[in-house]
Parts: sequence; structure tokens; C-alpha cells
Amino acid sequence: MRDDPQSGQSNLTCQALLRTTGGSAAAAVMAGDSTSREGAAPAAIADGANIAGAVPITLRVNGTDRPLRVDPRTTLLDCLRETLALTGTKKGCDHGQCGACTVHVNGRRVNSCLTLAVMHAGDEITTIEGLGTPDALHPMQAAFLACDGYQCGYCTSGQIMSAVALLTEHCGPDDTAVKELMSGNICRCGAYANIVAAIQHVRKHP
Amino acid sequence: MHAFAFVRPADTAAAVASAAQANTAQQGADVRFVAGGTTLLDLMKLNVETPARVIDINRLPLNQIEVTPDGGLKIGATVRNTDLAHHPTVQRDYAVLSQALLAGASAQLRNMATTAGNLLQRTRCVYFRDTAMPCNKRDPGTGCPAITGTNRTLAVLGTSAHCIATHPSDMCVAMVALEATIHVQGPQGTRAIPVGDFHLLPGSTPHRETVLEPGDLITHVTLPPPVVGSRQVYLKLRDRASYEFALASAAVVLTVAGGHVTRVRVALGGVGTKPWRSPEAEAALVGQPTNQAHFRTAAEAALRDAQPQSENAFKIELATRCLTHALQLATA
Repeated sequence: MRDDPQSGQSNLTCQALLRTTGGSAAAAVMAGDSTSREGAAPAAIADGANIAGAVPITLRVNGTDRPLRVDPRTTLLDCLRETLALTGTKKGCDHGQCGACTVHVNGRRVNSCLTLAVMHAGDEITTIEGLGTPDALHPMQAAFLACDGYQCGYCTSGQIMSAVALLTEHCGPDDTAVKELMSGNICRCGAYANIVAAIQHVRKHP
Repeated sequence: MHAFAFVRPADTAAAVASAAQANTAQQGADVRFVAGGTTLLDLMKLNVETPARVIDINRLPLNQIEVTPDGGLKIGATVRNTDLAHHPTVQRDYAVLSQALLAGASAQLRNMATTAGNLLQRTRCVYFRDTAMPCNKRDPGTGCPAITGTNRTLAVLGTSAHCIATHPSDMCVAMVALEATIHVQGPQGTRAIPVGDFHLLPGSTPHRETVLEPGDLITHVTLPPPVVGSRQVYLKLRDRASYEFALASAAVVLTVAGGHVTRVRVALGGVGTKPWRSPEAEAALVGQPTNQAHFRTAAEAALRDAQPQSENAFKIELATRCLTHALQLATA
């Protein structure tokens, strides 16, 4: 973890409160340690050949084709987490109400809990692990660190995936517009003010 | 979630054929089409929906928005809510539809949810969603605990002794005000259904929500040519500022000449068992001057037949004020 999350972020208007000793929240923002980025999964889990009714698909996740066999019931979320061991994407409500599972499919943000893995053969899927690396954070990840846009960190990967997608969506310039477009991501800790600040920083300093 | 066979048909005809042997197209269906999945997967996880076959229609060529020869608009079944809301023609000529779509759900869900799926959105009634509870809509004949139970968010218009579930859609309310037509391809061919005839009142068969039959696939929706000079407003009132279902909403498409209403279409959401067109409000408005007193009179006419439950009587006044204010906004 970097000691100085503000390096290269001199225009930040919000105060960085990052604990340099690290923590689960910071780890969530950092998103991809080398293990999860590789997505290494035990072969017995990745190969669902023994599951009755499993079907073969190839998912393209973070730029890499991943041939799999999945039970048709497997949501994209469960496939990412349990089959591909990409646990940066979180399961919150599992019903499309909290946004913790937000990933990008073909560049657009979706709730990965409400779609089936088998529906996404050929789609370009991006998770928090594909956004940046600890040594080269996505600007939104750096802004969340600098602005302290989290407490427990559980919602953070979904918040960041939504925030990055928002940059390319129809969104008015003011905080109200950002809040409206971020309303699908619930933060139980209530870090909303700092999340909005992080997003606005990136929008103003692209 | 129950096991199912996942099918990806080569074309629309194959999709219809694959679904044609279904036991029903209504509650309890053993075959379901999936598009966005935002309603279906939610309810499959709850075991409210238990299809044995799920047919993925996302790769079918049903995702286009086109101007029709008569100057209307053709909207494909799998056009995403986001894309429909931001389409320049929709924003210019059918603003009430864009507003309604953007008032619904979250940005993520709007990226997934489709035009046809939204027409088939299911109620949020907590008894319907909980298989441990009786529910005439989910399990016919078991009763309606909502009538004596938790009903604050439920309907006051179009209810019956068997069901008071609210239709949850925003999009459908705008579609009703725009007099959309729903186009279906089924085993017997194609047919067109006015949106006002598409959803059914619960009556004694609340498990039947639409006129769809086994194998019927919604292929597209058409809107009539835009009403020249119309002012359009969708106003949605809810418990929080965003990402919440309507307690009451109003869609208004209104034309004014010389300070008087010459044409108007009114629909209400959040208060009806189906997207609720109000001919009573429309009749009270046409020919009348555009002032608050007449708007209030029309709104009261829209709610005249409302039947409150133990917790939702407030909706009658809320919906009255919602429609009154929507009319004011449309004429401001």
C-alpha cells in the first residue's frame, strides 16, 4: 500500500485521512492485490464439470478469456466470486437493491447479482480487479482513498464501479446530479458526502 | 433457486416455439423469457418464479428504436431503459416517457431493464414476495393477508376483495398516457394490444396480470405520432428522494390553446392495481381553463372511486395533490 495516497493529487480539495497502516476498507479500494487480480481458483471450483446440468461458457473478465462450466443458475456475481475467485465484487442484498455487486458489462454498470453468468458469453466484463493496480490506481480509486470515501469498505468496490461508469453517463455538473446517479449504491456507514466529493474531484480534474 | 434449462434461441420464431408449450404465461409459468433479468432473477431467488426453462432473448434483433412511417416511434422489446430515456426523439417528443424511466430504479437497473420487461414488472407487495405467506396472486385461493395487514404502499384504485397489489412500474404509466401499443408474436401469429387493454384488473383472478398467452413474446412497442404542442410531465412522489417505488405518481400529456385545455391524457402510478388511466380526470379538464381549482377538481375526479385500506388512506390525498401539481407543472 502506498504511504502517500495524495501523490499526484495536489488539487484535491478534501482532506485525506487514510490510515497508512492499512485496513480492510483501504484494501477494498486498492482492489487488486496480486492474488485476486490473477483470479487464481482451485481447479475443483473452477471446473464445474461434475455439476449436473452445468454448461460450458467462456467469460471475458478484465481482458482475459475464462473458459468455464457453470450451473445455469449461477449469477454473474457468484461466478465472479466463487468460480473465478474475484472477490473484490461484493454480495450485499443479492436482489439488486444495494449496488455492492456493481460491475461493468461492455462498459456499462450493472448489478451482477441480477443477471446469469450464462447470459454473458462474449461480453466484456470489468470488475474492480480490472480497474487499477496497487501501483497504478484508477483515478477514482485514488480519489476515494484521498477523500476517505468509505468506512467499512464493503460497498466500496460497487461504489467505485458505479462512479467510474458515471463519468461516461449523462450527468449534470452539480452534486445533486451525482447523488441521483449514485442512488443505486447504498453505504450503510454513511460515507456519501465523501463519495460525492471523490467523484466530483475526478470529474473536475480528469 | 430451482434448476432450469437455459435456452438461447436463434431467432424470434424459435423463441416463440420454445415457449409455446408453456402451461401459462402468467404466475406459475414453467417457461419464462429473460431479458434484463431484474424482475425475473429477483423472483426466482425468492422461489416466487420457478420456471423449468428460461429463454434468453437478449441476442434477438429486438433492441432498435425507429421512427415509424406514420411518424410514431417503434421501440424494440430489449431496448434498455437507459437507452430509451436518453434517445433524442423520446426526449423531444415523448418527454413524459423519458422522465418516468429516469424516475425509476437505479442507473445500474436501468442499464439492464428492458421495455418489454418493464411492461411485465411484478408487484412489490411483501406478501407476494414471501412464499411463507398466503397470496392470491402467487398462489390462487390462499387469501390476501395484505387487506388486513401491511398495506401502506398498496393500491387504492382497481382493487378487489382478492388482491390490492400495486402495479410498480413508472414506465407503464407514461406508456398509458402516450397511448402506446404493445406488439406480440405468438404461436398464432402477431397481434397489437393497446397498453390500456394489456394489464388486467385483479378481480377474482389476480394471478392473471396481462392478456399474454403461452408462447407470446412482446417484440416491440409503438407510440403514436407525437402530439404537436403538448406539454408532458411525469411527477413521482416517494418515501425517499431517489431509488424508490412511487407512493403516487402522475403522467400528464396536455395541450392548451387560449388558456383552455384542448386535449389531455392522464395516468396515475403507485395507486392502482394496473397503470391507471383516468378518463374521469381527462373529462373534467377538457375545455376548462388552466387554473388550480380546475386541476384540483379533475384530480379529485380521478380518485373518486378510490378504496382506502387500513394504512394507505393517505394515498388518496397524496395522489390528488400529485396530479394537481403535475398539471400545474405542465401549464407553468
